[in-house]
Amino acid sequence: MIKVLIPYHLQTLAGTGPELELNVPPPYTARAVVQALEARYPTLRGAVVEHASGRRRPKVRFFACREDISHQCMDSPLPDDVVAGREPFIIIGAISGG
Amino acid sequence: MSKIRVLAGTRKGAFILTSDASRKQWTIDGPHFGGWEIYHMAASPVNPERLYASQTSDWFGQIIQRSDDGGKTWQQPGTPPGAATTNEFGMPVGESNKFTYDTSEQTGKPLTTHQWYDGTPHPWEFKRVWHLEPSLSDADTVYAGVEDAALFVSHDGGANWKEIAGLRGHDTGINWTPGAGGMCLHTIMLDRNDPNRLFVAISAAGAFRSDDHGKTWKTITRGLVSNYIPDPTAEIGHCVHRLAMHPARPNVLFMQKHWDVMRSDDSGDNWHEVSGNLPSDFGFPIAVHAHEPETVYVIPIKSDSEHYPPEGKLRVYRSRGGGDEWEALTNGLPQENCYVNVLRDAMAVDTLDDCGIYFGTTGGQIYCSPDGGDHWHAIALNLPAVLSVEVQTLD
Repeated sequence: MIKVLIPYHLQTLAGTGPELELNVPPPYTARAVVQALEARYPTLRGAVVEHASGRRRPKVRFFACREDISHQCMDSPLPDDVVAGREPFIIIGAISGG
Repeated sequence: MSKIRVLAGTRKGAFILTSDASRKQWTIDGPHFGGWEIYHMAASPVNPERLYASQTSDWFGQIIQRSDDGGKTWQQPGTPPGAATTNEFGMPVGESNKFTYDTSEQTGKPLTTHQWYDGTPHPWEFKRVWHLEPSLSDADTVYAGVEDAALFVSHDGGANWKEIAGLRGHDTGINWTPGAGGMCLHTIMLDRNDPNRLFVAISAAGAFRSDDHGKTWKTITRGLVSNYIPDPTAEIGHCVHRLAMHPARPNVLFMQKHWDVMRSDDSGDNWHEVSGNLPSDFGFPIAVHAHEPETVYVIPIKSDSEHYPPEGKLRVYRSRGGGDEWEALTNGLPQENCYVNVLRDAMAVDTLDDCGIYFGTTGGQIYCSPDGGDHWHAIALNLPAVLSVEVQTLD
């Protein structure tokens, strides 16, 4: 199981808390995590990656093992600690306020 | 006894206000979708319990919500009749947020770019739904005006959306440019007498009309003068803020433009200015009295860089003669130190015998006049910034 942390707006959309556990089939990639997330919570379709292009939305970033992997290819392998469930795959919305 | 339901979209959620016909005591229900921007909510004229909402976020995109019980419960539409409404994990299965531009050859002129602020070509990118306009004859049909400017329609209650691509296929489409708020299609008007006729307005492209149910479009900008563009009388480039019509007289249109209040008596073919004695002819919303087609309301804003009422006085202006001569309506509205804005979709009317006028402000107030504008009172004081107001008169 891969642990996934999602931000508040996605929690309200999916009706969940912040931490999810997803059964992700190999290959273990960011794309596979997002696809598993959308399959489990269909209301999140289009909210993390764009419908038309499948690209990560511009104000969304992905972190794994405290590293920003947003600009890696979404088909790159995830770190072993994420795959093993020891570290979360984190989806973050850009911080703003004022 | 009749009941009034006000649908308010705000920066941080949706609110539903209800009252009996006296319009004195109001109940506020919400926030629905707390934390999300609700650009617009609209009710079907065929089935008043059918509501549509545009829930949107710069971060997480566009969601369409639907209610079939007047806003008590909501769902993302998209579940076929008889099918389970949740998946094996108990989660909603709706998928109604897919707005993809039509780039097929069948549209004739699939467009890939419009003009960016600096004049360079820019790809068409979907951002959000600004306005929802339910069909006059079918509760499951609803139109959506979106940014970047395009018109979509759903015939299945908001589950699936298809672009009416002829609009972007207009010869001028490649030269449309965004206004400061984005290139949004914010006004959709349907003609009760002619189901093939549609009107739309786009900032900052202009206004358009179709007489063949969206297949082809023509610009309806003759007579508009915009001194802030290189050619003040150009076919496109006018920043139309809002259109309004009386449903019984759809050939007479009113327009609040970036500057100027305008009127057309021939379905938009020709326009003339009716700003008259307004203290400022800049503003966003414009509305027509439910029973008096020549009675029009605007809310002047000081200027395009100072988005607040002139002199800090919140005044609705009413013309009983279709423009030119306007009277200030101030009874019950703040007349000092008021610096809120009123956005384009944030004014509406009810259809009770004594027509009620409503508007919401960026300061979070919603005001109601139960007597056509003579007297006003706040029916909500401290909401998030109000983006849109729609009103239902329920029997």
